[in-house]
Amino acid sequence: MNFEAIKSIYFFEMARTRRTLLQSVVSPVITTSLYFIVFGAAIGSRMQEVQGVSYGAFIAPGLIMLTLLNQCIGNGSFGIYFPKFTGTIYEILSAPVSMIEIVIGYVGAAATKGLIVGTIILLTASLFVDISIKHPLMMVLFFVLTAVSFSLFGFMIGIWAKDFEQLNLFPMLIVPPLVFLGGSFYSIHMLPPFWQTVSHFNPVLYLVSGFRWSFYEIADVSPVVSLVTVLCFLLVCLSITAWIFKTGYKLKN
Amino acid sequence: MAPIVSIRNLTKSYASGFTALKGVDLDIEEGEILALLGPNGAGKTTMISIVCGIVTPSGGTVTVAGNDILTDFRKTRAIIGLVPQELTLDAFETVWNTVAFSRGLHGCKPDPALIERILKDLSLYDKKDTVLRHLSGGMRRRVLIAKALSYEPKVLFLDEPTAGVDVSLRKDMWQLVERLRAAGVTIILTTHYIEEAEEIADRIGVINHGEILLVEEKKALMAKLGRKQMTVELAEPITAIPDALAPYGLTLGEEGHRLVYEFDSSGERTGISSLLSALSQCGLRVRDISTEQSSLEDIFVELVGAGK
Repeated sequence: MNFEAIKSIYFFEMARTRRTLLQSVVSPVITTSLYFIVFGAAIGSRMQEVQGVSYGAFIAPGLIMLTLLNQCIGNGSFGIYFPKFTGTIYEILSAPVSMIEIVIGYVGAAATKGLIVGTIILLTASLFVDISIKHPLMMVLFFVLTAVSFSLFGFMIGIWAKDFEQLNLFPMLIVPPLVFLGGSFYSIHMLPPFWQTVSHFNPVLYLVSGFRWSFYEIADVSPVVSLVTVLCFLLVCLSITAWIFKTGYKLKN
Repeated sequence: MAPIVSIRNLTKSYASGFTALKGVDLDIEEGEILALLGPNGAGKTTMISIVCGIVTPSGGTVTVAGNDILTDFRKTRAIIGLVPQELTLDAFETVWNTVAFSRGLHGCKPDPALIERILKDLSLYDKKDTVLRHLSGGMRRRVLIAKALSYEPKVLFLDEPTAGVDVSLRKDMWQLVERLRAAGVTIILTTHYIEEAEEIADRIGVINHGEILLVEEKKALMAKLGRKQMTVELAEPITAIPDALAPYGLTLGEEGHRLVYEFDSSGERTGISSLLSALSQCGLRVRDISTEQSSLEDIFVELVGAGK
């Protein structure tokens, strides 16, 4: 194992975050605070409790997930896309590093950034609404697994994308509807039966539900199912990444 | 001694059907400087990219210090340095960080003293905290070299190191190559500038259309293929070449003031003395004589032209 290489990639990526602090940390915090002001404080006070939890507190886990997903996909994809775009990828490809080391470096950094921002959002949320965490260990497990899987997912997008438009396709067009329709702002039990069934095909539902369960013990689907879904997603991403490196897909011509 | 880089029947074809390399065989000896000459699209960069691990070969084998580049890639890539042709650098990093990054990426522990020395050698030390996008083209080229040297490779590939570089920097590069050679580094450089190959290489390989046309000691190559030219300045201009001089195949230039004679310097008889006596028999007075050897450039053009 080339630990020096993992360290180098990881800290190189983390240094990029420091350079773009405003964009990578401050802006998601401001966006999420706006959600809490609008949905939590302004509208939330006029809403009924959802399954015994105030509306503002109910949406907090979903909002953290929304940010975490966007951050991880964004950081994971950009981290590998940018060297591809500028050509500096030659150095990674010609270095004595294996796929595993490259992935640990890039995905590890992207997940770390996602977790940092996610934690800040959690702290911000606790300023606006009452938050309780009933299963802290499960909460951390969901938090970390989601961060890693979606950073890996982002990494794959970064390798697949051939231009900035494709790069932004997932974070801009695909993730928001999945998050909004995945029960971030409501319980799917509020939906008509047909839409409840449709929602079950949305992977984000399982993430948000499991994550929310670790906070308030309320869930749309069983937390075990949620956990299995996240693990399956991680496994699929790992397999695709392994295939990418084996075949050199879009990396080596 | 076994060659440090050994390429056997290396091929590369792309999905589009284009064949970049057609069975290349090449041995590179430890400590030598090999210049690869070839026109654009000849396959130079493809070959280097395969050895370094950036491009996957279609067929054939490459070993570096006895290790296969695919199965033992950790061992081979750890001792190979690459300075790419394009000035590809992370725009927002500083000089120091990008060089330190390269060292780490190759599995070496941080060594600030070494990096300081490399940057000083390349006159980059005063720019160590400068962000890369603020550097000039020549400076970026130096940074790429510093990155490749940061992990002290044994084999260094320089892909057109002096393309678009001014004369003084080119001379600096040549000196650097000399220093590296003295330190025992094997250097393979591709170039368009024949002058460069002539100046610094021990051996010269010519590649075109994905095939190695020849690899030879520079001196032997120049002697073998070198043609010489003798220019005779006449005191009085003439309008036509006298019939008596026809067998020499002379050309007349400079409004009748100059006669040019081409001969093979490696031939048994060069025909110079008989030409000179023939000139005086024709009553032509000679004011000056000069000879010049054909350059590597002429040799190259001849080879590549013949391959078409």
